[in-house]
Amino acid sequence: MTDSKYFTTTKKGEIFELKAELNSDKKEKKKEAVKKVIASMTVGKDVSALFPDVVNCMQTDNLELKKLVYLYLMNYAKSQPDMAIMAVNTFVKDCEDPNPLIRALAVRTMGCIRVDKITEYLCEPLRKCLKDEDPYVRKTAAVCVAKLHDINAQLVEDQGFLDTLKDLISDSNPMVVANAVAALSEIAESHPSSNLLDLNPQSINKLLTALNECTEWGQIFILDCLANYTPKDDREAQSICERVTPRLSHANSAVVLSAVKVLMKFMEMLSKDLDYYGTLLKKLAPPLVTLLSAEPELQYVALRNINLIVQKRPEILKHEMKVFFVKYNDPIYVKLEKLDIMIRLASQANIAQVLAELKEYATEVDVDFVRKAVRAIGRCAIKVEQSAERCVSTLLDLIQTKVNYVVQEAIVVIKDIFRKYPNKYESVIATLCENLDSLDEPEARAAMIWIVGEYAERIDNADELLESFLEGFHDESTQVQLQLLTGIVKLFLKKPTETQELVQQVLSLATQDSDNPDLRDRGYIYWRLLSTDPVAAKEVVLAEKPLISEETDLIEPTLLDELICYIGTLASVYHKPPSAFVEGGRGVVHKSLPPRTASSESAESPETAPAGAPPGEQPDVIPAQGDLLGDLLNLDLGPPVSSPPLTTSSVQMGAVDLLGGGLDSLMGDEPEGIGGTNFVAPPTAAVPASLGAPIGSGLSDLFDLTSGVGTLSGSYVAPKAVWLPAMKAKGLEISGTFTRQVGSISMDLQLTNKALQVMTDFAIQFNRNSFGLAPAAPLQVHAPLSPNQTVEISLPLSTVGSVMKMEPLNNLQVAVKNNIDVFYFSTLYPLHILFVEDGKMDRQMFLATWKDIPNENEAQFQIRDCPLNAEAATSKLQSSNIFTVAKRNVEGQDMLYQSLKLTNGIWVLAELRVQPGNPSCTLSLKCRAPEVSQHVYQAYETILKN
Amino acid sequence: MIHSLFLINSSGDIFLEKHWKSVVSRSVCDYFFEAQERATEAENVPPVIPTPHHYLLSVYRHKIFFVAVIQTEVPPLFVIEFLHRVVDTFQDYFGVCSEPVIKDNVVVVYEVLEEMLDNGFPLATESNILKELIKPPTILRTVVNTITGSTNVGDQLPTGQLSVVPWRRTGVKYTNNEAYFDVIEEIDAIIDKSGSTITAEIQGVIDACVKLTGMPDLTLSFMNPRLLDDVSFHPCVRFKRWESERILSFIPPDGNFRLLSYHVSAQNLVAIPVYVKHNISFRDSSSLGRFEITVGPKQTMGKTIEGVTVTSQMPRGVLNMSLTPSQGTHTFDPVTKMLSWDVGKINPQKPPNLKGTMSLQAGASKPDENPTINLQFKIQQLAISGLKVNRLDMYGEKYKPFKGIKYMTKAGKFQVRT
Repeated sequence: MTDSKYFTTTKKGEIFELKAELNSDKKEKKKEAVKKVIASMTVGKDVSALFPDVVNCMQTDNLELKKLVYLYLMNYAKSQPDMAIMAVNTFVKDCEDPNPLIRALAVRTMGCIRVDKITEYLCEPLRKCLKDEDPYVRKTAAVCVAKLHDINAQLVEDQGFLDTLKDLISDSNPMVVANAVAALSEIAESHPSSNLLDLNPQSINKLLTALNECTEWGQIFILDCLANYTPKDDREAQSICERVTPRLSHANSAVVLSAVKVLMKFMEMLSKDLDYYGTLLKKLAPPLVTLLSAEPELQYVALRNINLIVQKRPEILKHEMKVFFVKYNDPIYVKLEKLDIMIRLASQANIAQVLAELKEYATEVDVDFVRKAVRAIGRCAIKVEQSAERCVSTLLDLIQTKVNYVVQEAIVVIKDIFRKYPNKYESVIATLCENLDSLDEPEARAAMIWIVGEYAERIDNADELLESFLEGFHDESTQVQLQLLTGIVKLFLKKPTETQELVQQVLSLATQDSDNPDLRDRGYIYWRLLSTDPVAAKEVVLAEKPLISEETDLIEPTLLDELICYIGTLASVYHKPPSAFVEGGRGVVHKSLPPRTASSESAESPETAPAGAPPGEQPDVIPAQGDLLGDLLNLDLGPPVSSPPLTTSSVQMGAVDLLGGGLDSLMGDEPEGIGGTNFVAPPTAAVPASLGAPIGSGLSDLFDLTSGVGTLSGSYVAPKAVWLPAMKAKGLEISGTFTRQVGSISMDLQLTNKALQVMTDFAIQFNRNSFGLAPAAPLQVHAPLSPNQTVEISLPLSTVGSVMKMEPLNNLQVAVKNNIDVFYFSTLYPLHILFVEDGKMDRQMFLATWKDIPNENEAQFQIRDCPLNAEAATSKLQSSNIFTVAKRNVEGQDMLYQSLKLTNGIWVLAELRVQPGNPSCTLSLKCRAPEVSQHVYQAYETILKN
Repeated sequence: MIHSLFLINSSGDIFLEKHWKSVVSRSVCDYFFEAQERATEAENVPPVIPTPHHYLLSVYRHKIFFVAVIQTEVPPLFVIEFLHRVVDTFQDYFGVCSEPVIKDNVVVVYEVLEEMLDNGFPLATESNILKELIKPPTILRTVVNTITGSTNVGDQLPTGQLSVVPWRRTGVKYTNNEAYFDVIEEIDAIIDKSGSTITAEIQGVIDACVKLTGMPDLTLSFMNPRLLDDVSFHPCVRFKRWESERILSFIPPDGNFRLLSYHVSAQNLVAIPVYVKHNISFRDSSSLGRFEITVGPKQTMGKTIEGVTVTSQMPRGVLNMSLTPSQGTHTFDPVTKMLSWDVGKINPQKPPNLKGTMSLQAGASKPDENPTINLQFKIQQLAISGLKVNRLDMYGEKYKPFKGIKYMTKAGKFQVRT
């Protein structure tokens, strides 16, 4: 007597037989027939032909039969809209039934029939049901509004159902509240602009009350809704947190994670000094750990979220390393996630345990997992310096196992360890070389070649080794080819006598026999460099490499903050904002963490400024404003003694910029940064400092080659403004501007004599200022300035003068002397003249620094009326030494991540958001010395608008 | 919210589909099949699979994939929790949850699913509410229904649906009033080669079977509640009372339910009741390996360890094993390379032992991986964490119920590395 009998068929044809049974007089037979129909439907058979016969069974007092017919209707009404109309009367009648179960069932089913003609009839019954006396009917009706909205949004708005739904948030029954919230949230998702869920302290209070009493699913809806609220201050945030915390002990893991989301988000508003903050941190750990003892699917989602939480607030789980240890029968997707988190939590305190575990994992069966475990060992070495030695010896042990893929992974990570700790572990090279023949993966081959090239002087047979790779040059992947080219050039520079032939060979392979433009171009560059100036080549190719950063796969901080707002959602599983994958181009509202509001924060920030930032660092040398004038007056205005030495570094940086601009764009991004040939030349570059005529012909050749990629362009120069009007200076008018060109700053002055007598004996002096600007040469006005004569002078400036913080920061007080008198004026210099040419930060470094700088140092600005696209902005900014480190496109907006460095070594990191078609863009600045942000913003604005 | 549900068996047939919104073509499951093919084992199919227009979230239980289709941003844990709830409900209704049983009860399954979600929003997931709406099939009821023409579908609104205690129906009556609680603790542990503990933690639950008349209000107190610092409660437990007094106070659901689950983490000292001594050696270029394991009691608080089974996945290079156990029976499957040894009770005077040789592939080098030993065991009358119930009181009703507490410790994921 089981339902499987419904699947048996007879020869006559199933449909025919069912039809007969459906029209039977016997109730029981009818019901059995409908059950057969439903059974066929569940397995995907098409029984739509029976539509009229099934609908005829609808008028019945047997609830089971009625439900079955409803099930059928929901499935097939769409394919038979005209027939579906037949059912309307029964629905309308059922909506008046004294039994609330029937009323609810009718309104629920009607909402599921996605046929326009039926929805028209739905409005009246729905309106009644929304105000029904029975809460069961009300909560069903609330969901029905969401259904109707999905079918016909306009209708719902016209009929005013949204307002009724909003009223239900204040319903006395918590289940009704939860369903109303759920319905509104779903509607709001397709209507991001509509302010459906306007949350205020009153409604929040109602939600929090309902939260304690509704079902687990209702709690999820309410918590997710609460997460969208921004409390007005830290006190309100704390009180919400207190009321949400009990949810962490719920048996339903989705409730727990939604509660974690609310807490993680609101925690951002709490001051770290609060006792409550510490309590909250402690409370978050146990529920997260508990999630890991659930079913594997739940574990997976939990682990993806924990990955975010650990990046945002590592302190929560720092003592819980062991729960992430892998069990051998965990599903692979759980294993890989656990491994990731283990590395994130690795620290000096627990590294021994972690390494022992990782070594264990490296002997497991699953290849993917083993590879990742080997990689993890390398990451530990880079992250925890004290462990590097043990990691290396562990890796060597693993290499001894001779398991092919283990050896290859190990070599790839050892290369990274060499990058991080140069000249420390070279003793292992011999072991690595023994395994040369077993390497068949490009990444491992490239890594090995890099090692051989980098340490060519210590490997006796380096040339033989590299030569052996060269034999199959054309069969190698690009990654290996590029590496081989660089490796051999390095070898040549180190052992020029024995390897000339080899280098010739590889250069001709790369330039003549290859179709790959990257390879060819790199080949040409090396060739030219080597043939014109081997010394320079050495400086470039064997330059010291920037350190690689610890964490290689951190999520960008802004993205991380956004993702924290999406804990528990698909976005958190994919680590992408919803806009990146949610269907249908429905506008998605960007979420961001609430800013901290406590007032004590601002007072802290100056202390966090690091030693590298002179402003504000020496409060004792800042004289009171009143003294300033006196200070200036006491200046010795005789012609300055010898000019202070030019800041050599900055001038030479200019030369490097030439190379950098040209080469960087030529080289493109080196794969994985393996290259090691980073073209930031050291300050002792053999390129002449002045960049006029004496540029080496080799270099200019190079520029021909790059067809103008590296053309000289200085920073933006503002038009001259009058600094000192004639009437204030007894006839001397001074106007001027500041320029920065190839690394040197100068003040372009225009002196006009509006007096009646000749002016002579000019001299200039600056007061101490924020960035130590000082004249690098005396003010040279060669001939006496006769009346009505104008002379233009370019005064080179250095940044080695004495430093004192000014207000505003970019204020410069100048004294000019001539034979008549001494005149004082002050001017504001644009900050971009201080942006140095080596202000491009490495990507990893950028990420790490951005994360490192506390959030309260972040400043946001709007730049209006600047209709530039990302490319134009990039190149404009680049010419003023604001470098784009990375670019990302987020739903049509371009996010440019930029870095710049000031002459005094202060780094400023920027995120510029450009939206095509929108003339304003948003600039976020992060800097350890937040005082400069305002001025950097002004510089941005000036550069972008001109 | 949840759009559709597909039930797929391990051979890749869709044997049930249910849609709560518009119908999603079953071809969407092709993406799932692709992932299934890529994964070496059913357990390894990733639980979240993106497709161009939908997301597939799945759980794998009782050799059936429950695949939910969603279209918009929905908390995945919500969906996965719900799917597990569906499986639990089926199990509750039909005793077992398997493909034949679901096919046999397809109409009830369909009706139940319809009650559980409305428009993708959970509607009724408490099993006592569902059982009032759709009565579980029993042979007697089917017979009665065929004679009287009555139905499996309740026509009254379930009483619990909207009350403050949705988990309990009103008008419960028993002649024997009884309340039983089982404190069950599972030890999850990883033991390394040398026998020292790498991680050990206890996952504990208190399962209850409460058959009490009326609306009883129970309180349960512990001798040592401080052990419970990481707990998850059934919604019936009053959280405030726990926070302030460390007493569990609740109006229980009717029948079987999980009152509480708790977690005693690695930082607390977790006693390990058994030890495993092992000596497994492969030698290079030898076609024979030696194998020996001994299992014995360690910290058992004087209780007997029973129901011991040892399983181990041997390396692929092992062709066969010839072993002699000192007690119990053992099998080795040369295809899956799975060794299992059903030990039974451990006699502390004579620790059970399994010893013999392995024949290895001739000429092959010794296997890269070491087999991990998996252990199952039970200890009656003991909660290894030391948790003890102090007393159980009932308020709100006049009768005197039978009360009972049982303790048990089991191995959870208990692994010994070699």
